Amino acid sequence: MTGLTDLYQEVILDHNRAPRNFGALPDANRSGIGHNPLCGDQLTLYVHVSEGGRIDSIAFQGKGCAISKASASLMTEAVKGKTVEEAEALFGRFHDLLAGPEGGPADPKALGKLAVFSGVREFPTRVKCATLAWHTLHSALAGGGKETTTE
Amino acid sequence: MSTPSSTTTATTATRAATAATATLDVARVRRDFPILATTARGKPLVYLDNANTTQKPEAVIRATDRFYREQNANIHRSSYVLSEVATAAYEGARERVRAFLNARSTREVVFTRGTTEAINLVASSFGSAFVKEGDEILITGMEHHSNIVPWQLLCARTGATLRVIPIDDRGALVLDDLHRLLTERTKLVSVVHLSNALGTLNPVRAIVSYARAKGVPVLVDAAQSVAHLAVDVQALDCDFLAFSGHKLYGPTGIGVLYGKESWLEKMPPYQGGGDMIASVTFEKTTYAELPHKFEAGTSNVAGGAALTAALDYVTALGLPAIAAHEKELLAYATARLAELPGLRIIGQAPEKASVVSFVLGDVHPHDVGTVLDTEGVAVRTGHHCAQPVMDRFGVPATVRASFGLYNTREEVDALVAGLRKVREVFG
Repeated sequence: MTGLTDLYQEVILDHNRAPRNFGALPDANRSGIGHNPLCGDQLTLYVHVSEGGRIDSIAFQGKGCAISKASASLMTEAVKGKTVEEAEALFGRFHDLLAGPEGGPADPKALGKLAVFSGVREFPTRVKCATLAWHTLHSALAGGGKETTTE
Repeated sequence: MSTPSSTTTATTATRAATAATATLDVARVRRDFPILATTARGKPLVYLDNANTTQKPEAVIRATDRFYREQNANIHRSSYVLSEVATAAYEGARERVRAFLNARSTREVVFTRGTTEAINLVASSFGSAFVKEGDEILITGMEHHSNIVPWQLLCARTGATLRVIPIDDRGALVLDDLHRLLTERTKLVSVVHLSNALGTLNPVRAIVSYARAKGVPVLVDAAQSVAHLAVDVQALDCDFLAFSGHKLYGPTGIGVLYGKESWLEKMPPYQGGGDMIASVTFEKTTYAELPHKFEAGTSNVAGGAALTAALDYVTALGLPAIAAHEKELLAYATARLAELPGLRIIGQAPEKASVVSFVLGDVHPHDVGTVLDTEGVAVRTGHHCAQPVMDRFGVPATVRASFGLYNTREEVDALVAGLRKVREVFG
């Protein structure tokens, strides 16, 4: 039972029920589409990056499992206001939390709320659910256009 | 149309007679499968993913072990006794499969890597000889991707068209459309016997006789069905039939294409290489006799030996007894699942076997699968390699519990208890 409560922490269930920054973003200047063909998860990410290279607004739409939806929701909160470089660095730390070397990232505190996903580590098949939004963000920031898939 | 169960029952009367007295002693049978005594995430393993692959009895594990310890050599090509032993094991497996399917001759039994390769073999070989632009291949709306994509590739190569018999809201074939879709342009019908995604049992005997009257050959994808009901190729009168060892309590990496000799004789080789030739010069190669013409390269000899053990095992228990047990279990599971609020069973055809596919409210199937996993319950979640079926029912994925000969009511109860836990977590 520990694995289960570690995975589906209240914060994750809450963001699954009521995802933040959910919807379209009419003034987006970056966007990306993420797809996990194995489970049918799909998400569209809208980002507005300022001239100074800062993510000043971000939103997403789509459907998926609790992990993928909560991850997208928490990601939008985490990267809003960050520079593109900071967002990419955060993705690196988030990835380490889920699937990096044993022991996770060097500084888990730097992940803030995203640390609620630490339980995913015990369920390797679900890592893709948690990282779909981040891969899509990476692709959108890099110029995007192409669909990002987990496969 | 008659039901598949009535058509198969009549012709397997002899098998039924020997096994009818036996009901399955599930407690004893479970002891034959070492993996069933293991735990998953600290809980006793409840393995309900048999449509994906089945677990292996001791006899199959021992046959594999024994082959490599005592019988291993390459086959059909050496002068020493060990090679004769290995050849006898492999050709013995062919005869065992022939008897299992009631084929006329071992010339009609081609070993492949599995169902997928068997279907690709027909699409490639039959396709290159008999399918051209303007022709049509007819499949159904409940095919596994392995009975869709090979035909799409063939159609792309030749300019033929793929046609699809639709399924109704219960998950049964709309057979009236078979009559409309099977035309003089149809070169082959390829139909799944037992749907892996819905559990629907299709009336293949009736489909074959309708197609036969029009002179159109039929391939039966029996990947799921062979482990759950007695399959007799002469009674079905199908032209081709494909199955995999690993879904029948046998090893991975070996499967079977049954083909009527009259078709196999007319079909060109699938792959070229050793063992499929009679003689080779740079000017001209002549091919080996059936079935070796279709078996290029070194075969899965150990797989053959283990497949024999699997078929012996299943036959000794008796497919009618296995079918009766699983039918009872499916009915029990269907009734228990109906108790859960918000649970919707996908696939409620009148004729079903061994598979129950469902969604639970708006909880994503992957989340359901993960919660069940923490309870030691192994089910498949996803599209089951049948995305058109998911689209047909408007779901991205389902949870699928699929039963085998060793499953019990207590395991169904564990599934239901796990689903209640899903409700606790997700509300």
